[in-house]
Amino acid sequence: MSSSAVPVASARTALSQPSHTNKRYGWLLFGITVATLVCLPILAVAWLALNPATNIWPHLASTVLPTYLFNTLVLMLGVGIGTLVIGVFSAWFVTHYQFPGRQLLSWALLLPFAVPAYVIAHVYTDLLEFAGPVQSLLRDVFGWQGSKDYYFPKIRSLGGAISMLVLVLYPYVYLLARAAFLEQSASILEAAQALGLSRTQRLFRIALPIARPAIAVGLAMALMETLNDFGTVDYFAVRTLTAGLYDVWLGMGNLGGGAQIASLILLFVLCLVGLEKFSRRAQTNAQSGSSRFRSFERVQLRGRKAFLMSLFCALPVILGFVIPAIVLVRYSIIYFDVSWNSDFPTIAWNSISLSMMAAFVAVSVGLLLSYSKRMLNNNLLNVAVLVSSLGYAIPGAVLAIGIMIPFSTFDNALDAFMRKHFDISTGLLLSGSVGILVFAYTVRFLAVAFGGIDSSMKKISPHMDDAARSLGHSSMGILGRVHLPLMRSGILTAALVVFVDGMKELPATLILRPFNFDTLATQVYQFASDELIGESALFSLLIVLVGLLPVILLSKTIDRSRDVYD
Amino acid sequence: MGFTPKLNTVIRCIAAASLLAGSLFSSAAVAADEVNVYSYRQPFLIKPMFDRFTKETGIKVNTVFAKKGLVERLANEGRNSPADLIFTVDVGNLSNAVDAGLTQSVQSDALNASIPSEFRDADGHWFGLTNRARIIVTSTERVEEGLITTYEDLAKPELAGRICTRSGKHVYMNALIASMVAHHGEADAKAWLTGVKDNLARTPQGNDRAQVKAISEGECDVAIINSYYMGAMQSDEEQSEWAASVNIVFPNQDDRGTHMNIAGISMTAAAPNKDNAKKLMEFLASDLAQSMYAEQNHEYPVNKDVPASGLVRSWGEFQHDTLPLSEVVKHRVTASKMVDEVGYDG
Repeated sequence: MSSSAVPVASARTALSQPSHTNKRYGWLLFGITVATLVCLPILAVAWLALNPATNIWPHLASTVLPTYLFNTLVLMLGVGIGTLVIGVFSAWFVTHYQFPGRQLLSWALLLPFAVPAYVIAHVYTDLLEFAGPVQSLLRDVFGWQGSKDYYFPKIRSLGGAISMLVLVLYPYVYLLARAAFLEQSASILEAAQALGLSRTQRLFRIALPIARPAIAVGLAMALMETLNDFGTVDYFAVRTLTAGLYDVWLGMGNLGGGAQIASLILLFVLCLVGLEKFSRRAQTNAQSGSSRFRSFERVQLRGRKAFLMSLFCALPVILGFVIPAIVLVRYSIIYFDVSWNSDFPTIAWNSISLSMMAAFVAVSVGLLLSYSKRMLNNNLLNVAVLVSSLGYAIPGAVLAIGIMIPFSTFDNALDAFMRKHFDISTGLLLSGSVGILVFAYTVRFLAVAFGGIDSSMKKISPHMDDAARSLGHSSMGILGRVHLPLMRSGILTAALVVFVDGMKELPATLILRPFNFDTLATQVYQFASDELIGESALFSLLIVLVGLLPVILLSKTIDRSRDVYD
Repeated sequence: MGFTPKLNTVIRCIAAASLLAGSLFSSAAVAADEVNVYSYRQPFLIKPMFDRFTKETGIKVNTVFAKKGLVERLANEGRNSPADLIFTVDVGNLSNAVDAGLTQSVQSDALNASIPSEFRDADGHWFGLTNRARIIVTSTERVEEGLITTYEDLAKPELAGRICTRSGKHVYMNALIASMVAHHGEADAKAWLTGVKDNLARTPQGNDRAQVKAISEGECDVAIINSYYMGAMQSDEEQSEWAASVNIVFPNQDDRGTHMNIAGISMTAAAPNKDNAKKLMEFLASDLAQSMYAEQNHEYPVNKDVPASGLVRSWGEFQHDTLPLSEVVKHRVTASKMVDEVGYDG
């Protein structure tokens, strides 16, 4: 995400309209304040890392650290390659080719996004383990007796974890790649065609380099989710850095040591982000506006090629959504009496309202930060924004502790002050409220909201700002009247992604929630944590179903960005 | 001084936002007839007892359930914490809370009468409510009776490639390994754990129930599990088949006895509803709640007057390891590191 456009704009406006400089500093101050608030939990984790109970590293380095690092790297590499291949190619195919089922698949490819990773891991273990229907069928067909008579890949393995995470995370890459491909100027591709480039060459030499920033954002999201995943790797007995973190914290009673591992993970993320930016340092992303939305011809495919392409795009949907949904429906029916709960409407409403509030707050914060950055290129602000988006890569339970610390410090300080001076106890004002959950979701998912919004914001030419300003609009007015209408689909996309992520959020909700407060995800957990898959199915299914609506809305939003002009 | 229309809008927005925030951030009011519990146990396991308590006393029980982070939450909330009680499934979590100074001493004749002294803290900082034995189960088909009678036997070379357990880092395994350290010293315990590791049939994975399932599927022959899982499986239609594929061994009956762990409860240092909390503790140790526990969860009641469930009684009487859990707990970190050192979890 290059910010090269911003200093030019600021320099120009600063010259032409010096009176706006003060206002822009107002935005800067505001941006830094908000970003700092969001950073607090991350800084709290870093602070914990400075105070370990004992030094864990000699022990870890001489025992399990190599395994943790190896597993983590292979997991990231596997998930990275898998999500890229599925996400980019399926997006390219549904955008530029015509084949049976294309229309349906273009939005169905987003469906696995509604399935939480921990749910799909349970479903496939149930299907593919020894006693599951797949192996049972094979034994019946081939007459094998025990597990030693044949080879069957173990689902509870590093490979299994990679497969599960790829199936639910590739939609991030697909979402952004598809939006990027749809936005690409038809004329560039036509020029490439005129110069004799084949379809494949056009993908690799023209479309991919242009779409790269967007794809990188999608990939970064998928990898950050991979890094903070604990449910899947724990269930599959894959010891990653995240698993090690929980062990140091809980098994060895060393929260500070755990926070050190979390910091190591963050360093990892920073390196990745830095590497991506560095490799793109010489690129600019100018898109000529005039013919941008001219529709391109889709290539009509027939016969074997069409079938293969349909299959390629259908498989992720079948594996990532259809099969899990069937299994969940089946279990929901069988275990309905055990899992049904008269509090269900409240629980569903808790999930929905919480995710909606989180989406609203995260998008608002993301918008304001992005706009502040646009107004003034300031190093402090840039760093604050970067750090505030790291919440996505911190394992949820650790982030929860990081959130708890500033909140309870504030609550207790206020209480002490009020007791001392007014003889009133304010108790815990913020801790243990729904508000702390909204804040937690915001911190966790700000990266998602900010990433989407910032890239939409950057597509708006700074000339627009100048023109609006010369017509006498204030900076708030420009945001409201010029930017917001232009960014509508980008903002909606960000809000929907945060909403679906919120529906799936588990670890921070568990630790920070008020008394007697359940979400669909915590209901799944109370059974799933004891490996009672059948009993947990109904609520898993509900998470998926509630997530469907926004996911469908999401694909409509993306399609509209082009189809309006088709 | 009049506001411009734009400023008016802003003020209205702020007013609306603060109203919303006010409703969001209203902290849980401490009503007279409530008791607040932070629980490491799943709600569906304890709700029947809490519901019964509310029915008998009119005191409402509020809960937050999580499997990690609640002790940290309690510590951060400090003296303003709304929690009255902390409920755990392992002595380790209880002692974490006690060591961090987050609990208070409770003196109750009723509690002391119902709970034998080995299952509660001498100073009244924690009380065990139920007991679970860490038992060995062996395949009815592939393991002859008498081959395994002790935890130490699990390191026998003839068991190579035949044992399944959950992760060595799990609290139940951790407590067992810590008890081996307590009894044998670090060097011998490590040699034993290495032996068990060499006998593993697969990378430790799944919960205790999954190990029995693996035996019924022929993947392994021997497993270490908590006793109540057997009860749960025997009374489940589908899983009773798995349970039927194994024999129960209560280890070390000729020497120190079988390793036990507790699910227990502590009153928090800052408890705002002390009286209600004490009532709930006494209720949970009473004959009524203890028999509900026994029948529903197939755990061993700590209250000697209450029999275990019929199913559990059918497994027979056995001798407990009487080494105080407070001794076992001291070796937790050593045990956890040992798991890394021998590469138990793969």
